[in-house]
Amino acid sequence: MADIRYTKEHEWVRVEGDVATCGISDYAQQQLGDVVFVELPEPGRSVSKDEECAVVESVKAASDVYAPISGEVIEANDALGADPALVNSEPLGAGWFFKIRLADASELDGLMDEAAYQAFVGELG
Amino acid sequence: MSDSSAPLRKTPLDGLHRELGAKLVPFAGYEMPVQYPDGILKEHLHTREQAGLFDVSHMGQVVLRGPDPSAALERLVPGDIAGLEAGRMRYTQFTDESGGILDDLMVLRREGDLFVVVNAACKEADVAHLTAGMTGHSVEYMGERGLLALQGPLAAEVLAAHAPELATMPFMSGREATVAGVACLVTRSGYTGEDGYELGMPAEDAERVARALLVDARVKPIGLGARDSLRLEAGLCLYGHDIDTGTTPIEAGLAWSISKRRRTEGGFPGDTVIRRQLADGPSRRRVGIRPEGRVVAREGVEIADASGAVIGRVTSGGFGPSVGGPVAMGYVEAAHAGEGTGLQLLVRGSARPAAVAKLPFVPQRYYRGA
Repeated sequence: MADIRYTKEHEWVRVEGDVATCGISDYAQQQLGDVVFVELPEPGRSVSKDEECAVVESVKAASDVYAPISGEVIEANDALGADPALVNSEPLGAGWFFKIRLADASELDGLMDEAAYQAFVGELG
Repeated sequence: MSDSSAPLRKTPLDGLHRELGAKLVPFAGYEMPVQYPDGILKEHLHTREQAGLFDVSHMGQVVLRGPDPSAALERLVPGDIAGLEAGRMRYTQFTDESGGILDDLMVLRREGDLFVVVNAACKEADVAHLTAGMTGHSVEYMGERGLLALQGPLAAEVLAAHAPELATMPFMSGREATVAGVACLVTRSGYTGEDGYELGMPAEDAERVARALLVDARVKPIGLGARDSLRLEAGLCLYGHDIDTGTTPIEAGLAWSISKRRRTEGGFPGDTVIRRQLADGPSRRRVGIRPEGRVVAREGVEIADASGAVIGRVTSGGFGPSVGGPVAMGYVEAAHAGEGTGLQLLVRGSARPAAVAKLPFVPQRYYRGA
């Protein structure tokens, strides 16, 4: 089972082989409220770590989602088109956003593990 | 603008909101519930299906008294106040010398006075404006008071269980009624496009009335987030966004609130400008906008025509839960205001197709009974 890692912008990433699945955290979906639309990157697009590559639209506002690591987008989660509410109900599972073929696995080292992320969120109050 | 370092004010229902698990945010200098645990989507849909209870106690309640408050108020608003029968209410605006809108308001004519409700963000300015403008009359800002809105198709049944006579009170009328043992001023009006009521009462009694209404399983508490999506779907203006000192009532599509007599006679600030726009048509108009896809276009988004020339701006926009897609309102140059006109919305650097849509986005369901 791949380890989950988090960014300070509340994205998560799970790596299997050289493919990283990315989404937003449970904390993020709670803050956003009901998600009504997700704009995802096109497969084939190259993204750099921290580059804005998706937008999640909630009832209240649109929020940018950043690539947690660099690489090539190989798949976007089509299920979110029909059911954007998956982001709220299963943020770490079926509500994933996109998959990236990793360019540089060492970028994961700078991300927070589960414990570190929960501590980080705890401080946000 | 309120001083950001001043503590936020609380409505009389603050304790109840916290108890109900509300997410509180600053609004017009108050801490207000933007949503409760169910969330904005569910709160919005519930209001259109059953009954939603809103705390709008932050708004300003004002009483105007004197020898002829209607004539005096007509010097500040384009609405027909003199022709209002006792027990009836009307929507109007405070205008300035350029015909711009200082605030919008509701006016209820009572036997001996006028009862006015103004927006929270403008209430201090409005009271000063009234005081300066209504010479020979008294302007009493009622201070901290409770104001609850009960809106939705089941609102009448819910309220009738407390005061049966309220079921048949006409839309846009007001009367006294006792609800949960509290003497309330009740109007049949609202900001959602649904049937509904607003109840005013002393601050210390607000919680009691709210709890009595919430005991009914058909009633849920609703926050400002859903209040905004409900009024947007209903095509209703939000002051400071869809209307402000830079828009006239004619540009805003509110000419219906200015009667023939007032158009002819004038006698309110900006009457010349407004009369001219009524004769010649305004150069821009507020319209409903339906983005074609799923992308939401919010306030501030530029509107372009087919050639890419900017012809307007979105003033309110969001996701419409009852519509099931994005909805917006904005101003466009008059030539582009026809229903069905193709538009482009410049969202996050790219042009998204949209069209001018008829308002409201959902059918109005005001009470049309006897």
